[in-house]
Amino acid sequence: MDAGALFFWVFATLSVVGAAGVVTMRQPVHSAICLLATFLAVACLFVSAGAEFLAAVQILVYAGGVMVLFLFTIMLVNVRKQASERYVSRTAGAALLAGLLLLVLVGGLAVGDARRWGDSTTGTGAFPPPSAALSSVEIPATSPGAPPERITGNSQAVAWSLYRDWLLPFEVASVLLLVAMIGAVVLGKRTVEKFD
Amino acid sequence: MTAVTLSHWVGLSFVLFTIGVVGVLVRRNLLTVLMSIELMLNAVNINLVAFSRQLGDLGGHVLAVFVIAVAAGEAAIGLALVIALYRLKSSVNLDEAAEMKG
Repeated sequence: MDAGALFFWVFATLSVVGAAGVVTMRQPVHSAICLLATFLAVACLFVSAGAEFLAAVQILVYAGGVMVLFLFTIMLVNVRKQASERYVSRTAGAALLAGLLLLVLVGGLAVGDARRWGDSTTGTGAFPPPSAALSSVEIPATSPGAPPERITGNSQAVAWSLYRDWLLPFEVASVLLLVAMIGAVVLGKRTVEKFD
Repeated sequence: MTAVTLSHWVGLSFVLFTIGVVGVLVRRNLLTVLMSIELMLNAVNINLVAFSRQLGDLGGHVLAVFVIAVAAGEAAIGLALVIALYRLKSSVNLDEAAEMKG
């Protein structure tokens, strides 16, 4: 087994174990720590797939921002009281069965399709190494007659694609984040009257 | 052991997604349910990155950036809702918020 495959299996196992921990741990704080492990393992997988920029964003946004939000909320709600409450729903058995069916039926189909399709696109079925298209971008010449410039780096390539081909979705995403921020402030501020 | 291929990545993504679905269905703590939703979004990102590598196309990376942006907004709104629910019910258990069951 080569180093790349070993890397994949180690971090895939780590992420799945972390995800299982999120679902099974009784205390929300323990779930949050398991979620952090999953996020970091997935970031490592992103690096191995040639997505260095996404790995950095994953660590900054998920392991940094989202995790801090979760931990603050866990601090604000009374965790100790919940320890005595039921933590799985009444239909847990049916939910587990549904999850198993989803994994076996739809997941089996998806994996089988991916195998066949991967074979047909590369011919050998091997996962191609991250191609040059993921880590370099050709910039058209700014002045007529000059040769096109070539810059390298995954971040540069993603930025070039993001700000040229995906400019409108990018702006819409920024508006979405603004709306989410205002909404979170309003929801957290307002005092709702109690009713029973 | 065979070499890692696209189908391995898709399989990993599907396992993580299923764990997220089961977490949403099984857990009664609203915080853990939100964490399971984050797991599902992360599984989708793994898929996007794997196909991006298979095709040598940057579109998957850009889409994953958008997914992360939406996930961050969703976490902020969701946790604000958790705090609002906690003010109302003094609990974040989903069984306490079952008025609309009829």
